[in-house]
This record gives sequence, structure tokens and C-alpha cells, in this order.
Amino acid sequence: MFRILEKQDLTPDIHLFRIEAPRVARKAQAGQFIILHHGEEGERIPLTIADWDREAGTITVVFMEVGASTRKLAAMNAGDAIDDFVGPLGKPTEIENYGTVVCVAGGFAIATIVPIARAMKAAGNKVVSIMGSRTKDLVFWEDRLGEFSDELIVTTDDGSYGRKGLVTEPLKELLETRDVGRVVAIGPTVMMKFSALTSKQFGTKTIVSLNPIMVDGTGMCGACRVEVGGETKLACVDGPDFDGHLVDWDLLISRQRAYLDQEKTSVERYQHKCQGGGHCG
Amino acid sequence: MSATSTNVREVDTVAKQGLNLNRVPMPKQDPMKRAKNFGEVSLGYTPAEAIAEADRCLQCAKPTCKDGCPVNVSIPEFIKALRENDMPEAVRALKAKNSLPAVCGRVCPQEQQCEKSCVLARKGAPVAIGRLERYVADWDLANQGAVEAEPVVVVPGRKRVAVVGGGPAGLTCAADLAKMGYGVTMFEALHTAGGVLKYGIPEFRLPKSIVQSEVDYVTSLGVELVLDNVVGRTELVDELFEEGFSAVFLSPGAGAPMFLGIPGENLNNVYSANEFLTRVNLMKAYRFPEYDTPVKVGRRVAVFGGGNVAMDSSRCALRLGAEEVYIVYRRSEAELPAREEERENAKEEGVIFKLLTNPKGFLDDGHGNVRAVECYEMELGEPDEGGRRRPIVKPGTEFEIEIDTAIIALGTRPNPVIPSTTPGLNMTRHGTVETDVATGRTSRDGIWCGGDMATGAATVISAMGAGKRAAADMDRYLREL
Repeated sequence: MFRILEKQDLTPDIHLFRIEAPRVARKAQAGQFIILHHGEEGERIPLTIADWDREAGTITVVFMEVGASTRKLAAMNAGDAIDDFVGPLGKPTEIENYGTVVCVAGGFAIATIVPIARAMKAAGNKVVSIMGSRTKDLVFWEDRLGEFSDELIVTTDDGSYGRKGLVTEPLKELLETRDVGRVVAIGPTVMMKFSALTSKQFGTKTIVSLNPIMVDGTGMCGACRVEVGGETKLACVDGPDFDGHLVDWDLLISRQRAYLDQEKTSVERYQHKCQGGGHCG
Repeated sequence: MSATSTNVREVDTVAKQGLNLNRVPMPKQDPMKRAKNFGEVSLGYTPAEAIAEADRCLQCAKPTCKDGCPVNVSIPEFIKALRENDMPEAVRALKAKNSLPAVCGRVCPQEQQCEKSCVLARKGAPVAIGRLERYVADWDLANQGAVEAEPVVVVPGRKRVAVVGGGPAGLTCAADLAKMGYGVTMFEALHTAGGVLKYGIPEFRLPKSIVQSEVDYVTSLGVELVLDNVVGRTELVDELFEEGFSAVFLSPGAGAPMFLGIPGENLNNVYSANEFLTRVNLMKAYRFPEYDTPVKVGRRVAVFGGGNVAMDSSRCALRLGAEEVYIVYRRSEAELPAREEERENAKEEGVIFKLLTNPKGFLDDGHGNVRAVECYEMELGEPDEGGRRRPIVKPGTEFEIEIDTAIIALGTRPNPVIPSTTPGLNMTRHGTVETDVATGRTSRDGIWCGGDMATGAATVISAMGAGKRAAADMDRYLREL
């Protein structure tokens, strides 16, 4: 059992859990993920590690309520314990001194780019971060990402905070005006795709963190197949980081949508249970 | 049980009058009915059936059946106790060598092992040892406490052993070492122990409650089970030694699925058998939406491969509501590697065999989903190194099979996570860990390996045999430390 020591609602739909998992905390590195599983009926849910504390033995994860599983998870609170929590999985993000690194994050992935920005900074890079959200109310951790960034650009799609527009616009400007050694982009698949397309014109190597559907997360099942440079790779063991210029984005997007009907069924069933007065956990 | 004791004697008398070649058939669920449910196919012997079958055993002075068993189960002894209706003794005799008898009684290929070595096999009617094993093991599970638990031996200053992977090899090795008095910790990557017995073999062939009971038996021997721990990630093998373990047994299984390497293989609804079976068995997708993990089958399903895993996948697909399920296999019926019993079960349930057929590519429905598979007709040529006739494409024979789902059951190769993080562990060119077959020793002092990681994909019982041999050798090693 893995106790939730702290829960924060970063936005109404984006939540943070700090979880007691000493064995995972001892090994966690930037860019890796965990899988959690709760309840006999639960799914195995992969989440990128947002932070860790080796001494306290804790792992921080941030997730957004999307389907039934993440809604159930969001109904848990500090003091509750999660049945299963395994990791760290996947390969860590390559960290070297590239000179200037641009860290691009969108949506709830703003949390997961923080340890990468921190590691890049510690490796001697100049870190310029771009964080994008749909609207002002969904902006969080500007201060935390700012702490490890030499410059920080905040965008909102609707212009309600920071710069109006998508993350790709400031990315393009940076690539036009600076000598950028590497781009790291994490967020919704479409955001990563367009960040990679933007940087491709400049030939700047761009690392993306892919989030296909997974089951076991240890290389056993092959659910998370992605095509990179024409080769099939498993995101759970060969990634999750890949060269964004080589990823077959349309395939990834298609595979992520494979269970949309079932996800809808699950959400309806979950909502029905909640409205029926049953517990929503 | 006492009610059957009169039957025992009667049947016994009959048997002594001569060789009884009437193998008692295994009662099964009706094929049409069972193809729609996940309940167990084989229903198990009744007490009378078990004793009738046990009475056929000749109690040979020099039993050959034992030699056919990879873990050398005391077969004549447990059968003798069974027919004398001394069930606790039958259980003791069985479990002395086999820590997972309810599993083995169900999934071992007995026809190639103990039953093949039975003297009655020459007459075409070997004693149904597997069915009797299952009967005794199930009696034990249903009568918990009837057989006194083996005392957990705690040796002061005992050495600690780490077992990596909670499948058949790991469970067997852990149980044997615990019985010898070692402190055993078993690390399991998934959220439940059992390995392929939990994620791979379907409920209708091996109920998960049975597997869990066998796992519980192993932990009752004092084995500490650590779930959710991926050795090679959460912990490195070398760190296990630093933590005070004196020896390590690696049994992580052959984790990585093989694919066909043909166009369209990454379309939606093309699964590896590992993924399909893991969704269905481990995550219980057949109970979606009550369980959260979904699986998709649609109306028409093609399974590629001819082994037991292909049979399991095809039969799961039927039970999930598919109307037509094909086994697509590139050789002929004679070369099908699946057990005959599983093949027959699949045929009875309505699985259609497309033999001498090989896929060329998967076709898209325009929305990223598989719509059809294009196949070639094949013919058999000269035998290859393995002695099986090589399948050859017949040019110009392409045809399409319309499908909603494809399941690729071509086998697995070892997961590289442990080898890539354990320096000095020699590998074979097949990606398996180089081991001494008799002992399981690897190139690294203090590290043993068994199961699919050492042999490539094989059977449950061969993995158990490897676990057993390694435990015996680890004992020798640990005594000398």
C-alpha cells in the first residue's frame, strides 16, 4: 500500500498527489514514469513522475481527470492508500550540457517538465521554458518552473494570461533568434507534434515524451507501440522519450483513440453511479 | 469422502482381474455452452471417477512415470494413497515434490511427460496422472486444514535469497528454498504474483482463484512477497546483494512479444497475444465495464500462430462474443505446436483453422483500424534444421480475410531490462541468459536463472523443474558460503 501524504488541486481538474513510495523515490530520475493501480477492478494508469524526495521517500505525480479511472483517482484524498505503485519505469531523459535548452510544456505536463528543467539547469544549460494552458484558470506552477528557468514564457490559448496563442509561436521565435542546442517538449500529443514540426525546420533536436496507451508498462504487452524513424518501438521500455522529428504522430494519435467508445461507456457508468448516490471512488 | 469408500473396494477388485485400459474421461462443459462463458472447461473428476482411474495404476516396482516428470513427483505414491482413500497422505506425497499441483494438474503436457512414460501408454491408455493430480490438489484446496501445514523452519542466522519473478519457476524455487529453511523474498513486477499463470493462461483453463491459492501456499511457507517491484528498474540485481541477499534466482519470464514485421501491424485492434491475454486474464476485461480495462474483439478475429497461446487467444475471443475466429498458421495440422487437447477444445468450440496460410499485411479501414488481413497460401518444402518442413509461399495466391481484430501469437523473446542492468551476466545469441542446464547457474557467482528467461518460451512445468534444480544447487552453494 502506498499512502497519499498530500493532495493538491492545481486546477479544478488537475491534481497533485505526493505518495509514500521509498523504493521508487530512491531511483526516480527526470523523464521516468510510474504505473499505479487501485482496486480489484482498476486499470493500470501510467503517470510521469513530477518530483521525488529521496530522503522522505516520496514521489509526486500530477494528473488530469480525463476518463473514469482518473476521476476515480481524483476522488482519493490525503491519508488514503493506493494499492499498487510501481516504478520508476522507462528511460530517464538524456541530460547533458547542450548550451541553451528550450523546455516546452502544455496542460498538466507543466508539472512533469519541472524535474527536466531542473536537471538541465544543473547540467549547466541556459534553460528557457515555455508553458502553455488553455486559459488563465488552468495556469499553475509558473513559480516552480520559473525557479529552474533563466527565462519563462507563459501562453494561454485565449490570451487571458501571459501571451495569447500557442506554445509553438514563442518556440519558433526562440529558434529563429537564438542558438538552441535542444528542445524538450511534453504535453498533449498535438502540442508535441506541432512543437516537433516547428523545430524540425531549424534542425534542432527535439525530445518528446510519448504517452500511448499502456497496460503492464514493463515491455511485456506491446500495447504502447509507436513508430519512430520507421521502426516499431515500445514507449514503456524504449522510451517514453523519443526524437520528435522521427515520431509517426498520426499513428500515435490514432492509437490513443482506440478505446474512445469504451472510455465513454466507463465515464457514463461512473457518472451514473455517482448520481445514484453510490460512492464515486 | 467417506461415502465413496465402498466404491473404492469394488473398483479395486475389478482392476486386479487384468489390465484396465478404460481411461476415465474428464467431464467437460458442453462446447457450445462453454464457448460463451469463462467458467472452467474441464470440470474435474468426481471421487468415484478419481478412484476408478487411480485403480488402473499398476503400482510398478520400478515406476517410469516419475522419470517423465520434470519435478519427479512421487506419482505411484500419491495414486496409491488416493485409491486407499487416504487423501491427506495423497496430498503430502504430491506436494513433497510439487508446490503447484493444482496448476500442473491442469496445464502440464502430461501426454509428453509422465503419461508418456507410464507402462500403460504402450497399450494406448496411460493412467490419467494429470487428472488425478488435479483431483488431489483440488481436494486439498477444498479441505484447507485437513493436511497439517508444513512447519515453517526458521534457521537462526539463515541466509537470505532473492527470487526475481513470481511465475512458475520463481514460485517453485522460492517454495523449495523456504522449505529448506532459507529466508526467501520474491520480487514481482506486476500487482499480483503468478506470472503467466495469472496474465497468460485464461480463466477457463486455469481459474485465477486456484493460482492465488497456490501463491498463498508458497507465502504460507514463509516466503516474503514484494509486489510492484521491477528488478532492473526499482532495484538492480547487484543492489540485492548489497541489501544482504546471498544468492539470487532470476525468473522474470520471457517478457517481450514478437511481431510479424509486416505492413499495418500497428493498426488499432492488432494485438500481441500478451496484450490481449493480459487485458482479458490479468485485468479481467471480459468483465468490462465492471472492470475498468477494455478489450475489443468485434465480429471476426484472426489469431496468428499455432501454439497453446494461439489456442488460448482464439478461445478467449470466442467467449468475448466474436462470431468467427480463425487460427492462421503457416504450416499444416501435423506441425501445430499446440497440445492436442487444446486444439481439440478449440475445434469443438468452433475455432476455424486456416492452415498453410501466412499473412502478408494488414489493411486499414480508413480510420486507423484493421479491416482485413491479406494472406498467402503456403506449401511445405524440405525439412529445416529443426526437422519441420519449411513453409514456402505459393506466389500469386494472395487473398483477404475480413477481420475486426488480429492477435499475434508468435511467441516471446526475453525482456532486456535485467540483462542490460546486470554486468557480467552472459547472454546467448537468442537473448536468453546463459545457464548450466543441470543447475541453473549463470556466468555470475551467486546468480541463477530459470524459466523462459533461460530457455525461451517453454512450458510451466519445465520452468518449475528449473526452479527446483536451481533451489537444490543454491542450497549446495549457500552451505559452502
